[in-house]
Amino acid sequence: MAFLDIKNLEKVFGQNRVVKDFNLAIEKGEFISLLGPSGCGKTTVLRMVAGFETSSSGAILIDGKDVVSKRPNQRNIGMVFQAYALFPNLTVAQNVGFGLKVKGIAGSEADNRVAEMLKLIGLPDLGNRYPFQLSGGQQQRVALARALAPKPQVLLLDEPLSALDAKIRVSLREEIRMIQQQLGITTVFVTHDQEEALSISDRIVVMNGGRADQIGTPFDIYNRPSTRFVASFVGTLNLIEAKVIDPAANRISIGDQAITLKEPLGAAKVGDTISLALRPEAGSIVEGANGDTALVGQVMTSNFLGSVIRTRMKVGTAVISFDMFNSPGLTPPSVGETVTLRFTASDLLIIRE
Amino acid sequence: MKRIWAWGALTFGLLYFFLPLIGMTNFSLKMRRGEYSFDAYARVLADPKFQETFGFSVMMALFTILFGIFLIVPTAYWVRLKMPGLRPYIEFVTLLPLVIPAIVIVFGYIRLYNTSSWLPLTGTTTGTNLLLMFGYATLALPYMYRAVDTGLRTIDVTTLTEAAQSLGAGWITILSRIILPNVLVAVLSGAFLTFAIVIGEFTMAALLNRPAFGPYMQLLGANRAYEPAALAVIAFGITWACMGLIQLVTRFSKHTRAQR
Amino acid sequence: MQSDKTSVPAATVTMPVRTRRTLPLNWLGVLPFAIFVTLFLIMPTMKIVVGAFQTPDGSLTLDNIRGLFTPSIMAAYWISIKISLASAILGCIIGFGVSAAVVLGGLPQWIRGPLLTFSGVASNFAGVPLAFAFLATLGPVGILTVFLKTQLGLDLRLLGFNLLSFWGLTLTYLFFQIPLMVLIITPALDGLKREWREAAEILGASGPQYWRMVAFPILFPSLLGTLALLFANAFGAVATAIALTGSSLNIVPILLFAQIRGDVLGDPHLGYALAFGMIVITGIANTLYIWLRARSERWLK
Repeated sequence: MAFLDIKNLEKVFGQNRVVKDFNLAIEKGEFISLLGPSGCGKTTVLRMVAGFETSSSGAILIDGKDVVSKRPNQRNIGMVFQAYALFPNLTVAQNVGFGLKVKGIAGSEADNRVAEMLKLIGLPDLGNRYPFQLSGGQQQRVALARALAPKPQVLLLDEPLSALDAKIRVSLREEIRMIQQQLGITTVFVTHDQEEALSISDRIVVMNGGRADQIGTPFDIYNRPSTRFVASFVGTLNLIEAKVIDPAANRISIGDQAITLKEPLGAAKVGDTISLALRPEAGSIVEGANGDTALVGQVMTSNFLGSVIRTRMKVGTAVISFDMFNSPGLTPPSVGETVTLRFTASDLLIIRE
Repeated sequence: MKRIWAWGALTFGLLYFFLPLIGMTNFSLKMRRGEYSFDAYARVLADPKFQETFGFSVMMALFTILFGIFLIVPTAYWVRLKMPGLRPYIEFVTLLPLVIPAIVIVFGYIRLYNTSSWLPLTGTTTGTNLLLMFGYATLALPYMYRAVDTGLRTIDVTTLTEAAQSLGAGWITILSRIILPNVLVAVLSGAFLTFAIVIGEFTMAALLNRPAFGPYMQLLGANRAYEPAALAVIAFGITWACMGLIQLVTRFSKHTRAQR
Repeated sequence: MQSDKTSVPAATVTMPVRTRRTLPLNWLGVLPFAIFVTLFLIMPTMKIVVGAFQTPDGSLTLDNIRGLFTPSIMAAYWISIKISLASAILGCIIGFGVSAAVVLGGLPQWIRGPLLTFSGVASNFAGVPLAFAFLATLGPVGILTVFLKTQLGLDLRLLGFNLLSFWGLTLTYLFFQIPLMVLIITPALDGLKREWREAAEILGASGPQYWRMVAFPILFPSLLGTLALLFANAFGAVATAIALTGSSLNIVPILLFAQIRGDVLGDPHLGYALAFGMIVITGIANTLYIWLRARSERWLK
């Protein structure tokens, strides 16, 4: 049985159903990300698990016990907030030791635990500082140590990285993942940043309008998005309208160029419009590269982004972006040039609503 | 549970404040035996002493406000622009009038500026009025300075000044046409508060022997029964109007700022 | 001022020259303010302080200070301190309660605006009219006194209550002390972040634990500051006391007022000593405040 089991969770604010029939089973030691745009209900789910919001219906089981009726201070959960939320009047060590102190753990046992935690986050010498003397990244590490010190059963991270600089964000997320694996603690991480979610999660829950659209490994979510929303939210994606020419042979056309898909078209009829998804990195205009399928189009723009060159080209009425890895020997396509984009037919995914 | 407690605290607070207000209003209307009337108000308003002292206090308030603006706006501006290191000290000085009782300050005035001193301000009526105005300005200093300084914080003083200078403006132009209009709301808030303070002020005016509204109220209170209550209602109305005007200008400014 | 402007281009070339040349001009900008403050705040106060240690012919003496230690003057100081302290402490507690009720108690949001406006009015409604309002309410024929007597059979006078007494004055002072507290402490309560409470809660702390270990220490400096301010506010209040009690209550401001008017004590230098004592007491209150605040605010920049 799952360690943290959320069943049929619902939250209604007045007329608004912000969380709808949410189900999630998390194994012990798993790192799960709730990913979605703001207002999708991900934070509300997290706050219901923490106990700051009461659920309208449904169950939340931790280690087999329903915690819905328990107050937050009885749930034995650790939480890290977006805005650090360190107590400004307490030193770093006192902050980390707060959870132990209210539990009545004192003396050398508490001191050892605090020292151990500070070592874990790599700040063993800053115990006597006050929060205002630390950088944002350091404060968030202390917040993590504070959440972990009382040995919680579950760790909740509420967008812990979004207040930080880009560089620190990357290094801290790796550190969080390392610490999480080292302790084997069951973790739920809320973020709106798909790169963050993809890079550190065991599984991702993509949320949209209060519902879980898709639950799967980062690899699955990225490569096999099950809905149009997931496809467009995770990663950059070309959504292309195509016309069905021959449903039996999986033939469709994009801007009058016929293509054979790998996936069966199912019940589509001749003349129907379907949506196809193509990742920008799937295609290439280099002669002979991975291509059994090709589209010819005209270059509209070509932007140098450092490691890649992103080019937009027009195929009929459709606009398709594709990336090429940068290399010094490369000649970037020029605007107005006619190019042939080659890709594997199986990279073209049919998006069913 | 928490909410019951909260309502309780609020109700207690409101009761504390409304009972005296109801009390004085009720009392002020009871001059005629057995029925409510505005006799007390009529009597007060018709009293030439009332008109005289009230007029005097209004004049004093206006002069105090003008003086305060001329003194404080340039100073606060200058400190923000050129001498930010001085700010804590200035702030400390401006808070002193909250700590040193007014009666002590005016006692110092009387001893320092009497007829036999180097600056015999109390020797003439004009001199005494001037001294009283300075006293009022001192009392209003904490409020006025804070209001103006808060106002200046919301605008980028340095950039505005440099922009004006690059367009050829002198200091007078910068202050009167750039800085003052931008902190007008703050200045007005401070001004209304000053008005409320000066109108009811008793100690300084009484000890400097000026015919102000405060001492008049006290005198009437010692000799009459119903008129003082009517005066209290009037004074409360003035205070309320001043605070209302502060709210009004603040809200007005938020409105215009949002449009920008 | 003109020369300051012309020196700016040159200053960009040689920095040290600029600082040396414009520093006096910078001071010129605050000169009017400095003169005003010196003449009408610092010097009058110094005059009192120095005068307290001088004989009428200008020589140094401690006799004036010694003159304070008579039973009647000491009693006046004592009752002044008691009234100021009582009204400051009660004002802090009640004002905190009202403010907490509105900010944290889950009351409707629309109450806030009117409450703050009203507090602004009430905290400025001091002096003579306030005394009238309380006389009309709790005086011998005040509305509340009469109501209690005729409707509930409670005779305040028989119960020992007198508006012209310690409790009467304290009650009256509270009328402006409570709203002042509300005005100052509401922003401080707003400053308590919701996350602090949630972080404490999720770490296992109960409500009282959160208040004792986090919220109260954070609020402590503001609470202290307000207490010192309220104390000074009540200690220097003259008008309310005079209008309320005439000269029947022996408190320091009234004594000093009478002394300045030349009604009671002949010796002007005893007046200096009286005023000096007032400065000392408000000074002590504020030093205490600054010291405690510095101690409790180690965690602030």
